[in-house]
Amino acid sequence: MLTLKCPYCDVQAEETELHAGGEAHLTRHGPDSSDDSFESYLFTRENPKGVHFERWRHSHGCGKWFHAARCTMTMEVFGTYPAQTTKPPQAILDAITAKRPGWTWRELS
Amino acid sequence: MSTRLPTGGRLTDRTYRVGFTFNGKRLNGFAGDTLASALLANDQVLMGRSFKHHRPRGPVASGAEEPNALVNLGEGNRFEPNQRATTTELFDGLTATSQNHWPSLEMDIGAINTHLARVLPAGFYYKMFMYPRAFWKHVYEPFIRHSAGLGKAPDAGARDADRYEHFYHYTDVLVVGGGVAGLMAAKAAGQTGAKVLLLEQTAHWGGRAPVDGGLIDGQTPETWVTSVLNELHAMPNVTLRNRTMGAGVYDHGYALGYERLTDHAPDLDGPRHRLWRIRAAQIVTATGAIERPISFAGNDIPGVMLASAVRDYLVNWGVSIGDRTVVVTNNDDAYRTAIALKKAGLDVPAIIDARNYGGGALMAEAQGLGIRVEQGRGIAKVLGGKRVTGVAICNQQGEGAILDEIACDAVAMSGGWSPVVHLWSHCGGKLDWDEAGAFFRPRAEAGPTGADGKPFVSVAGAADGHMALASLLKDAAQTGTVAGNNAGFSGQTSAPDATDVPEKPLEPVWLMPQGARYDLRMKAWLDYQNDVKVSDVQLAAREGYESVEHTKRYTTLGMATDQGKLSNINGLATLSNALGEAIPEVGTTTFRPPYTPISMGVIAGEARGPLFQPIRQTPIHAWHENHDVHWEPVGQWRRPYCYPRGEEDHAQAVIREVKAVRQSLGLLDASTLGKIIVKGPDAGRFLDMLYTNMMSTLKPGKCRYGLMCSENGFLIDDGVVARLDEDTFLCHTTTGGADHIHAHMEEWLQTEWWDWQVYTANVTEQYAQIAVVGPNARKLLEKLGGMNVSKEALPFMTWVDGTLGGFPVRIFRISFSGELSYEIATPAGHGRALWDLLYAKGAEWNITPYGTEALHVLRAEKGFIMIGDETDGTVIPQDLGLDWAISKKKDDYLGKRAQARSHMTDPSRWKLVGLMTEDGSVLPEGAYAVAGGTNANDQRNTQGRVTSTYFSPTLGRGIAMGLVLNGPDRMDEVIEFTHVEGFTVPARIVDPVFYDPEGEKQNV
Repeated sequence: MLTLKCPYCDVQAEETELHAGGEAHLTRHGPDSSDDSFESYLFTRENPKGVHFERWRHSHGCGKWFHAARCTMTMEVFGTYPAQTTKPPQAILDAITAKRPGWTWRELS
Repeated sequence: MSTRLPTGGRLTDRTYRVGFTFNGKRLNGFAGDTLASALLANDQVLMGRSFKHHRPRGPVASGAEEPNALVNLGEGNRFEPNQRATTTELFDGLTATSQNHWPSLEMDIGAINTHLARVLPAGFYYKMFMYPRAFWKHVYEPFIRHSAGLGKAPDAGARDADRYEHFYHYTDVLVVGGGVAGLMAAKAAGQTGAKVLLLEQTAHWGGRAPVDGGLIDGQTPETWVTSVLNELHAMPNVTLRNRTMGAGVYDHGYALGYERLTDHAPDLDGPRHRLWRIRAAQIVTATGAIERPISFAGNDIPGVMLASAVRDYLVNWGVSIGDRTVVVTNNDDAYRTAIALKKAGLDVPAIIDARNYGGGALMAEAQGLGIRVEQGRGIAKVLGGKRVTGVAICNQQGEGAILDEIACDAVAMSGGWSPVVHLWSHCGGKLDWDEAGAFFRPRAEAGPTGADGKPFVSVAGAADGHMALASLLKDAAQTGTVAGNNAGFSGQTSAPDATDVPEKPLEPVWLMPQGARYDLRMKAWLDYQNDVKVSDVQLAAREGYESVEHTKRYTTLGMATDQGKLSNINGLATLSNALGEAIPEVGTTTFRPPYTPISMGVIAGEARGPLFQPIRQTPIHAWHENHDVHWEPVGQWRRPYCYPRGEEDHAQAVIREVKAVRQSLGLLDASTLGKIIVKGPDAGRFLDMLYTNMMSTLKPGKCRYGLMCSENGFLIDDGVVARLDEDTFLCHTTTGGADHIHAHMEEWLQTEWWDWQVYTANVTEQYAQIAVVGPNARKLLEKLGGMNVSKEALPFMTWVDGTLGGFPVRIFRISFSGELSYEIATPAGHGRALWDLLYAKGAEWNITPYGTEALHVLRAEKGFIMIGDETDGTVIPQDLGLDWAISKKKDDYLGKRAQARSHMTDPSRWKLVGLMTEDGSVLPEGAYAVAGGTNANDQRNTQGRVTSTYFSPTLGRGIAMGLVLNGPDRMDEVIEFTHVEGFTVPARIVDPVFYDPEGEKQNV
């Protein structure tokens, strides 16, 4: 059972306080999008063995959405950050690179 | 015979006699006994029957690994099957019965299976029950159901009489196991200043060491344990809990402890079991090791036992298993059993040592006591049926030619020791094969890692493969210190000096004799409970099973309630030998928590009965309760379903309530409806994205019905939106939808449109809402006075604030029934008083409170959809003919793009229509409309289904709504609906609005 630090409350939250929200940094595709790009937005997800970026909500806490960078294999957490961003903060990318040289995730590395 | 010796038993108190019953027979034991030791003291070696062959079985072990001695414990509401006699502490009045036999333990018809063993090989079920297919229902299934399961399930009407609780605990270091290694590790960790929790599954501290002997700092282990315990009790940062098993280790330092508080003393107050939900920075597992049996023919006959268990029963409880015990071993440790027995005055006719080179100092000591030692020999077979009568010995290297027969009534066997690596492995710790000890041990550098990427589990003592006292204590002191250091504390503790008797190396023995013939191998048990023998695993290998996980499931090896603790290694070795591979290549099966079974009650904890889920109550709840309400659960709420009067049944009550609303005046508690405030300069823009229709154009003072879809396009909620002012909207949601729709709003606001200036608040519980419905509704509000509720002042789909009958209210002119209707919201604290006033003043119009079922009938008569009836997560608004509520002007809303996908625009999607049976009957719920022909699975094709169906009191007949292929284009056509009785019901496709299609009644 994971613990993740809520970047708003600054508390180490138990998984039971949290609600998982799937892959982070999706770009919404609206009415003008092609069938393929819309399908990809709705259904296609990364399934990495290793570094992953996910959405979580501190649902039994402050109610805020945040993102976590996590290793799906070892459960190591590289950092959490507010969801109001389109890409992970540089400090978190650096932290991942330090621990997982050569990592990639979508277009990130 | 097994008996209590005149003296001895370090754990028993002979001054206190304890009475209990086994299969109705009254027996006595002593305080400190386990059920197993007390039964053995009464010469009751036979304690149960095996699962498949119904073989007579006695205990083979003395602890948690016991596979045989499972009993039914307790009676009535405290009845529990499959309780281990070896871990059940005896108490006055304990009642136990044996299981898995008929008619009796001694005489079991099912034992015929043991003679059918040749036709009950591995994979028997898969092979046997395939053909003929028709046998499944009437022959195979009843047979399997009859023989399935050990023990018997508690009576259906029984309710657990005990209490259980959860306990949250945060600690720096958790040490699991209270043997000498665990005590040492806890002391070392505690001396760094770390907060330490030490758990021990039994009632006693010190583990095996006091039985096995040796010297620690010149003291006996027992004395050393006492002094360390005193030290630990004196340390304020150390918490000790015995009778508490470390059940599982999970991600990020989470662990479960299972404390049994009153199992040994049911008269004590308080909860029976407690689940410790532990979060630890570091976990040290000091879980010891378990002795392995040896696979020889007849190794399951009652009286054949682990050498350590024989020693435990003797030393701990003063019980001898037999007068003459043959010891069979492949290592030095079992000599301790022979020596202990001899010193207790019992006869040890021989020690059969499979090693040509024999043992070390312990062998010399045994020989000095006059015990015959046979080196390089094995047991060809055990003689006897329900009890051991002797052993036939042979050369270990041969095929089982008998050299000698030795009369005895007990056999103590030792195939070496396996570290208990379960907790290490639960969360991904890796294992290495140790050639010298012939066991799997933790690979120190490959432990489970935590959130910081660093290991959080370490292993101390015998669990780490350190079997000798000196190295075990050194390892434990080191491990405890490092755990404290890793948790952020400094300090160092050195291990005490200990002396061990030097031992000769073990020789792995996976089959005895090594070339045993088939008739011997098919009597050499691996998994006792599930009757898996050496021959079964070998057969599986011959049939092509290579993966240990597949072999496990095919043969059921290790799938019994002991989960292979006793002899999984023996099974793995047998498989690897049969495959011609090294043991580490074959590997182990997966270790999963809990370590031993924990009660269902403790998992539920306090969450049972009324506490299972908190019930949400409206401010008017108590009134309903006092008026013969029949409740309906709606989400976590309880809503009135109907209010039966006198002799009325529910259907009659609903008819009366519907008629009252249509003809005069009804009253509904609508407080549970979701109410979400959406406020801010961008509120209108936001709601335009959330709803399919345009909300930003709504004028303050007006209401509009809206539909909400997911990004997938499917309809998820509906409700009336009221604009309170330029910046503020009040969104009504369904009762069940309030929380998740609010979460849905927040998700989009926080993660997609976070720059929009919008604030949401779920105010559902802040207001009571009461619907006053029916032709006389306006008269009642006018009678209360204070507000102009005329058609002109408050037209349909508007709202107004004011004071009604002295109450601060907001009145919405909205209708879910098709009648003149006012929904009156008032701060929750006024809700009950306003309801009472409305009810009292409405008496002159025979005001009738109505429940959810009448509400459903009223809305169905009007053709209004209900989320969850007409929708099921696959329905889009267009399916329901709600195109009028979908804005054509908006560029975007959640679901718009999805509703343009080819499958969503497919003209063959089933669409909503009304349905009326030809005979006026009520269509069955969920019935399908049948079409011609069959599909690929030989099932009849379908062309629609019923979504809502009711008896309409207004029309005096059954009405229904349903989704039908091309439905709206097939008005007046009659189609057939399925009925569970096998026939079909013809129904005519009609408009879904059955009542007042012009809307004249609600707009007055």
